[in-house]
Amino acid sequence: MDIFNIVIAGVGGQGVLLASKVLAESALASGMDVKQNEVHGMAQRGGSVISFVRIGEEVFSPVVIPGTADILISFEPLEALRYVHYLKPGGMLVYNKVTINPSTVATGLAVYPTDVEEQITQACPDARGINALAVAKEAGNAKAVNMVMVGAVMKKLPINAEVVEGVVRAVSKEKGIDVNLRALKGGAAA
Amino acid sequence: MKKIISGNEAIALSFGDSGGVFASGYPGTPSTETLEEVARLGKVYCEWAPNEKVALESAIGASIAGGRTLATMKHVGVNVAADALLTLNHTGVNAGLILMVADDPGMHSSQNEQDSRNYAKFAKIPMLDPANSQEAYDYVRDGFEISEQFDTPVMLRTTTRISHAKGVVERKEKIAPKIGPWVKDVPKYVMLPNYGKIKHVEIEARLLKLQEFAETTPLNRIEMGDTELGIITSGVAYQHVKEAYPNASILKLGLVHPLPERKIREFAGQVGRLMIVEELDAIFEEQIRAKGIRVDIGKNKIPLCGEVNADIIRAAAGDPPAEGTAPIAALPQRPPIFCPGCAHRGLFTILSKLKVFVSGDIGCYTLGALPPMSAMHTTICMGASISAAHGMAKVNEIAGRTEKPVAVIGDSTFFHSGMTGLLSLAYNKGNALVIIMDNRTTGMTGGQENPGSGRDLQGQPAHQVDMVTLVKALGIENVAELDAYNLEATEAAIKKGLETPGPYVLIDKNPCILRYRIKSPVLTVDQEKCTGCRACLKAACVSLGLLPPAEGKKQKVQIDPNICDGCGVCAQLCKFDAIAVAR
Repeated sequence: MDIFNIVIAGVGGQGVLLASKVLAESALASGMDVKQNEVHGMAQRGGSVISFVRIGEEVFSPVVIPGTADILISFEPLEALRYVHYLKPGGMLVYNKVTINPSTVATGLAVYPTDVEEQITQACPDARGINALAVAKEAGNAKAVNMVMVGAVMKKLPINAEVVEGVVRAVSKEKGIDVNLRALKGGAAA
Repeated sequence: MKKIISGNEAIALSFGDSGGVFASGYPGTPSTETLEEVARLGKVYCEWAPNEKVALESAIGASIAGGRTLATMKHVGVNVAADALLTLNHTGVNAGLILMVADDPGMHSSQNEQDSRNYAKFAKIPMLDPANSQEAYDYVRDGFEISEQFDTPVMLRTTTRISHAKGVVERKEKIAPKIGPWVKDVPKYVMLPNYGKIKHVEIEARLLKLQEFAETTPLNRIEMGDTELGIITSGVAYQHVKEAYPNASILKLGLVHPLPERKIREFAGQVGRLMIVEELDAIFEEQIRAKGIRVDIGKNKIPLCGEVNADIIRAAAGDPPAEGTAPIAALPQRPPIFCPGCAHRGLFTILSKLKVFVSGDIGCYTLGALPPMSAMHTTICMGASISAAHGMAKVNEIAGRTEKPVAVIGDSTFFHSGMTGLLSLAYNKGNALVIIMDNRTTGMTGGQENPGSGRDLQGQPAHQVDMVTLVKALGIENVAELDAYNLEATEAAIKKGLETPGPYVLIDKNPCILRYRIKSPVLTVDQEKCTGCRACLKAACVSLGLLPPAEGKKQKVQIDPNICDGCGVCAQLCKFDAIAVAR
């Protein structure tokens, strides 16, 4: 198979890294080679975060090159726009519609684009926006946005849903398992 | 069993599996998780040192006492440890010693972009450069063997894309730790000039032996493919090369110093165009050209700055890059900023208001340099805030300028190398206001313990140095406490520190809210009282946002309850009492 490239974007603190871990572990559990990479450090302080998951028979580089991503998962609309050029033609974009102000907007130095969703649709006509926060809250925890977002792309992954569920069980804390599984299913149905 | 782990985790795991006995380091992105993972292994001794020099010196002692040893640090940490390293290369080791250094091409989280391969060349010691997590695991074991076989420290170099990239790793059979004898050997370990002279001759002889080793070791391998293009590369650049040209001939170097001359010559003779792909400096290229070997593509086409990727490599070889669309221009940037609830916010709100010159340092508080605070005017290296402020004050005095500089430094950075600057300030009759933000953690790297946190690397209770006693012991008489959440008191304290001649130290003891999970009741904006004056936005907090404008009126502010930490800085900036705890 060709290399399957996933880009996950969001804001520091949103759980992009755990979502990446779930996808990478699921690929490994399915017998595939996988590389996963993100940059931490400064990103923790509310900065823009981007993570790559690459799946295939033999994966070399840990980095996804713009124009080659099969899926872009964005936890925030502005970040979807920031990284939409990573998608290959016909690639899939799923984004969380709940906005988070960048510090530049919070301090009045910049304006959050009011037409962010229109711009996303313009850049990627098949883009799908969901309210991941509402789904996560319904599942029992606002912090489960990351699992909702994984659930939302599950059908497109070269991985069985049962494998992903197994990994979510394994990486979750005991009391969080049910919430995370509900969030995953909620995302798939959203 | 196969696991998917980062390069840092792989190094830690292998240290445990390869008979490792002692590990020490100082946090620094992207190296930090290595030592944290060694601690998680549970059975191997490891510790945070106050700085990288202490870490390496302790590692040297551990090796002399007979235990396999690992020291971990980021690239700039090696500058701090360089004094030890450049004599350790003379003494050699007893048990194997690996210095793991994590470079940061692209400067994702660093103040410079130095290439640590220069240190291996400088110190004339072997360096290993893994290309994925599996190699990071394997090279620890190889490194110990090389270290012991050749009586030399070995540098294990990673980059951000190795340290933080996760890949599949298969473990090897575990080697039980063996502790060798602790022997007195004056000519080996006492580097008086007479012994040092002998050692220098040995270093040169050792390097020749290592060159021979480099010719035959499987760490350096030739993958013959299409011979039109031959590429010499190492580390993560190898992965980008495979991505760009899966069928090209490649000489992959695992041991990147010293270089295998015969192997390179043989490879160069078999290929059409010879290309060298290395991130940052032209270290291979300069050495290879110096041997009279023709290089067709190298730093003439590949940038000296930043990371490489498959597109850059393809373009350098004259092929079109992958079809990509350009990023959308003119989007609001999302730079990192103080966390909601962070005590640094209050401090920098006041420093910004007072328009003082702030000599800064390395830590979360460096973000105070960004707009709208823009209240940090130098950041050089760990510990430089106080010593640089001292130099400024001296020249100001000579020039007859009356403004007193302010140094801002965190607890971990102060212990690292700020203390010596403060000692100088006291000793040399300095005139600076020093603000120590003692939040009881090494924050920017994710919240590690330090000598002031009261816990060790394992999270166990440890001696907690008392900051006030320490500062006084260094010779500072004027020491006062600061509460940066209280803006009025903070302004008064800073003004007093500036007005009082001589060294003056303010210590803020508010703990890191992220590390210690502190949350106060969420604040809300009374829309009746808010005038839209935007004074609160000076707090630079991401929980604040402007509401859509009502017709003919100024935009009012709202607070996102999911993000607000209830610190109250924005409420103190509001002149209309519009911000209060949500009812």
